[in-house]
Amino acid sequence: MGIKAFAMKPERLETPLDEQTVRELRIGDMVLLNGLVVTGRDRVHKFLFGKTPEELTLPVELNGLVLYHCGPLVRSTTTGYEIVSAGPTTSARMDIYEPWVIEKFGIRGIIGKGGMGEETVVAMKNCGCVYFHAVSGAAALLAKCINKVVNVWQEETFGTTEAMWILELEDFPAVVTIDAHGNSLHDDVLRESEKVYRSFMGDNNG
Amino acid sequence: MLKLQDGIVELYRKVSTSLPNDVEEALQRAYQEEPPGVTRESLSAVIENIRIARSEARPICQDTGVPTFYVQIPRQLSQIEVRETIIEATKRATREIPLRANAVDCITERNSGDNTGKLFPIIYFEETREDRLIIDLMLKGGGSENLGQTYKLPLSELKAQRDFEGIKRCVIDAVFKAQGKGCPPYTIGVAIGASKDQVTYLSKKQLLRRLDEEHPSAELARLERDILEAVNSLGIGPLGFGGRFTALSVKVDCASRHPASYFVDVSFSCWANRRGRLVWG
Repeated sequence: MGIKAFAMKPERLETPLDEQTVRELRIGDMVLLNGLVVTGRDRVHKFLFGKTPEELTLPVELNGLVLYHCGPLVRSTTTGYEIVSAGPTTSARMDIYEPWVIEKFGIRGIIGKGGMGEETVVAMKNCGCVYFHAVSGAAALLAKCINKVVNVWQEETFGTTEAMWILELEDFPAVVTIDAHGNSLHDDVLRESEKVYRSFMGDNNG
Repeated sequence: MLKLQDGIVELYRKVSTSLPNDVEEALQRAYQEEPPGVTRESLSAVIENIRIARSEARPICQDTGVPTFYVQIPRQLSQIEVRETIIEATKRATREIPLRANAVDCITERNSGDNTGKLFPIIYFEETREDRLIIDLMLKGGGSENLGQTYKLPLSELKAQRDFEGIKRCVIDAVFKAQGKGCPPYTIGVAIGASKDQVTYLSKKQLLRRLDEEHPSAELARLERDILEAVNSLGIGPLGFGGRFTALSVKVDCASRHPASYFVDVSFSCWANRRGRLVWG
């Protein structure tokens, strides 16, 4: 599609992802994601929490797939759906559910923004899963990296924003900010900013 | 009121699909000044996104926010009629642009599908002596809204007293806690005053100011610059990837306070600081 997002040369990845591919990624890597992803935000996570794949009839096999924290802006057309804008939502809200979802459903990658908490970072390390940080707010650009809407699940019950959208990506740009080795760019930034924070609060003098 | 309804739909279109030039210029400057790396690359995607959104009339962000209106209404116009016109325009804009439907009923958990609901959109009225109706619209996403904080000074955990240094500590604390969760570089609104509802309203209203507009009070203008410098020294950076531009601008205002009270409120806008004005009549 020729969307010019990254000038530096990123690596192209194709879903479903296997463990080895995921383990080779490191924080700071720029990637272009291709293939199937499913969206899931607050309602989908709450629904999956405490359940196993065997108990559910899901529209797609989640094992090896990438889960996108996104509530897309969608327009109905005569032939189906058009994704108008579709950037990431704040991932921290999914933290209480995510270790379960990664472990039980075999998710290999999460696309979101803002990073995730310690327990999720540990689950990613243990299970072999990475966090792809999408360009927050770049929703028009990112929508153009969605080739087609394959299916939608629970639109009636969860609503359009909260439904699970099964999408096909083409060269969707993202940065690995949590890898499968326990490293988190967000933790690094937090630690560095904390030093400055403490100097302002006068805690350095004591 | 039908023509006004058309005008408000167009205001929605402009605000959801394009950024004010001062915000775009500030983002360009951040892009120029950040060193090469993922932070700078991501800012280039942000700038490309702004271009795509404007040229294709697509909303900049899928989260088109809680529509918040600040209406200056001439005395001869009816608030009830303007409110009803805004609500009808909201339904049309949601369908026609489109906007994401964001109004969820807290009891049934159902989304109304048209961005209207109980006290949704948010509409503030203020009567004006002018003949013209002035409507400011802010579309602010949930991510940045969730980061807002209210403080009561003095506050021992921040060693914050009732002075400008104390105010600065509150803002540094709010930004530190926010990290990159709400899509920095942020525009930050700050207000000081006598009651928590008033400072929350006032701090968010600061986000309507142009980024290059300093407060008319020299003391507050200095405080705005001082806080901006402090916040940017945290190094959180665009998107939270680390960098020099954690915030684009800090805007402060104050109301008179009660001798016993000193409320400080901090509001955040994401980099997509979407605001616009309609002047009618």
